[in-house]
Amino acid sequence: MVDNRNNDTPPGPNRRQFLNRLWAFFGVVALVEFGWLGLSFLNSRKERNKPVKTESIVTAGAVEQFTPATVTAVPLGQFYLACLADGSFLALSRTCTHLGCSVPWDEEKNQFVCPCHGSTFNLTGEVLSAPAPRPLDYYPVRIENGIVKVDISTPQKRGRFESTQATRI
Amino acid sequence: MPKSRRSITDLILHLHPPTVPEETLRFNLSWGLGGMAVMLVGLLFFTGILMLLVYQPSTDQAYTSILILTREVPFGLWVRNIHHWSANLLVVISVLHLLRVALTGAFGPGRRLNWVIGLFLLFLLLSSNFTGYLLPWDQLAYWAVTICTSMLGYIPFCGQWLQELFRGGAEIGPATLANFFVLHVAFIPGTLFILLLWHFWLVRRAGGLVQIKKNDAPEAPSPRVSTVPNLVMREAAVGLALVAFVLTLAIFWNTPLLEQANPGMSPNPAKAPWYFMGFQELLLHLHPVFAVFVWPLLGAAAFLCVPFWRDTALPTGVWFGSGQGRTLAAWTTAIGVVATLTLILIDNLLLGSATAVTNTFVTRGLLPTGVLMVLSAGLYSWLVKKLNYSRAETVMAGIILVLVTLTVCTIIGVWFRGPEMHLVWP
Ligand code: HEM
Ligand code: FES
Repeated sequence: MVDNRNNDTPPGPNRRQFLNRLWAFFGVVALVEFGWLGLSFLNSRKERNKPVKTESIVTAGAVEQFTPATVTAVPLGQFYLACLADGSFLALSRTCTHLGCSVPWDEEKNQFVCPCHGSTFNLTGEVLSAPAPRPLDYYPVRIENGIVKVDISTPQKRGRFESTQATRI
Repeated sequence: MPKSRRSITDLILHLHPPTVPEETLRFNLSWGLGGMAVMLVGLLFFTGILMLLVYQPSTDQAYTSILILTREVPFGLWVRNIHHWSANLLVVISVLHLLRVALTGAFGPGRRLNWVIGLFLLFLLLSSNFTGYLLPWDQLAYWAVTICTSMLGYIPFCGQWLQELFRGGAEIGPATLANFFVLHVAFIPGTLFILLLWHFWLVRRAGGLVQIKKNDAPEAPSPRVSTVPNLVMREAAVGLALVAFVLTLAIFWNTPLLEQANPGMSPNPAKAPWYFMGFQELLLHLHPVFAVFVWPLLGAAAFLCVPFWRDTALPTGVWFGSGQGRTLAAWTTAIGVVATLTLILIDNLLLGSATAVTNTFVTRGLLPTGVLMVLSAGLYSWLVKKLNYSRAETVMAGIILVLVTLTVCTIIGVWFRGPEMHLVWP
């Protein structure tokens, strides 16, 4: 077959170049559009999936129930209530700050031991051994009429334990 | 030749050239590893499509649908086992394939792009294995995904964003399963398929597999034989033997399925799937940012770049390049095993004795990374300058060292780590 384009009126190099660029431009625009479309689609799911906590205040129990220097699991709120040696209360998230495993309290060793990579935390949630990079998150505790209440809406990150994180009677 | 035969032959010849150099048919050149990988991919597609008919990708039904598959569907258990064993074998076979490509000098000029594509294939099939791991929504799946998506969170700048993207929200839930399901059954297989065709085409374009370079008669082309039946029959023999092996394995060895996912309790120990044991071992010893991001990035960059550095490929077609290369490889393997074991044991003592944690970003991050860099550079120049090894041989030693380390970590992770990931005897 004869290539007509070269025989008849050859489009000037400028025109060809212009058209090539135009198509390249449209191609990029199309890519951006599809990328944006995909990302918005995926992003919408983040909102939809936000956990709806209807009741963010969890009642852990009466103050007298807890002896100092002990840890009680509160499965309802997925946290631990640590009653510190001085009798103040600290609510600890049970999610390991390393990679999110659920940390059990080891009564004998008197520490939290993560089953996944062996991080250990003390009663106040501070790291005893790596790899966890920071202490367990905590939740604000309120004591009303001798009842311990914990606000579990957002876990609080922290660099180390300070006595202000715990609540005294 | 009858017409029907002819057209089948033609179809085969779209993937293969009509004739191939005779010497590349040697089994001990390629060990048929690439062909085995293709066969396993085939088995995976076949059994995967079957399971798709029963599996329900929702958090409250996934687990039950797997139980139905294994208990009620005829051959359901077998099909699941075949899928499982093919997937796991594929990881082993692909790594061996990578090793053979490296050790026979098959990533040199003309094959560079194919090495890169091969690495992407490896990445894809690891992702495929991992996304599939989540689908049964049992304890194993749930916690593996918790750990892995948390790992994303440590990536600088976009970590949080990536984590929420993959989880489909702040927490693990139905959207996470939907994401992983789509990745596993549509996105990854599709991409894998395209890359595979490209991979095969590039093998053909490079003139087939690597051949031994003959110095005496560079002009004389090595003798060629016709592809059908010489190559095709060999491929069929290897492929069918492998299928028989996998099918038998799948009769006697069941895929694990733990209890249904329980977000309140991690199993103890909660181990990564075996092909991520190297990662897991890193996580035990390094600061997460380094274990999750810096070291994998350095490793991936090194593997991607190695063919583009001049003279890094061994003499083609000869295992280890030469007898000297073979000796170096043996030494590297032995030293690699001893060094890895020693390091792990020493750090285990350090971890056990540490009562207070100092700044782990430095002590378990910057410091070991720096030491690693200096050590690699030092070893490299020692081997090249003092012991007169070629650059290609030294690079080969490096690749072997990485793979040996990963293997040792995998063995330790699978058999020698017990509750809370402490070292134990099996
Ligand atoms: C799904 C995984 C893979 C499949 C199905 C596959 C398939 C194949 C096949 C059939 C061949 C022909 C020669 C042979 O059988 O050895 C081949 C060659 C090759 N593969 Fe792969 N491969 C995979 C992964 C990889 C990986 C992980 C790498 C390395 C990063 C890689 C790099 C290469 C190279 C460089 C060649 C050319 C070898 C030569 O010319 O001698 N491939 N592959
Ligand atoms: S998740 Fe707890 S130590 Fe890794």
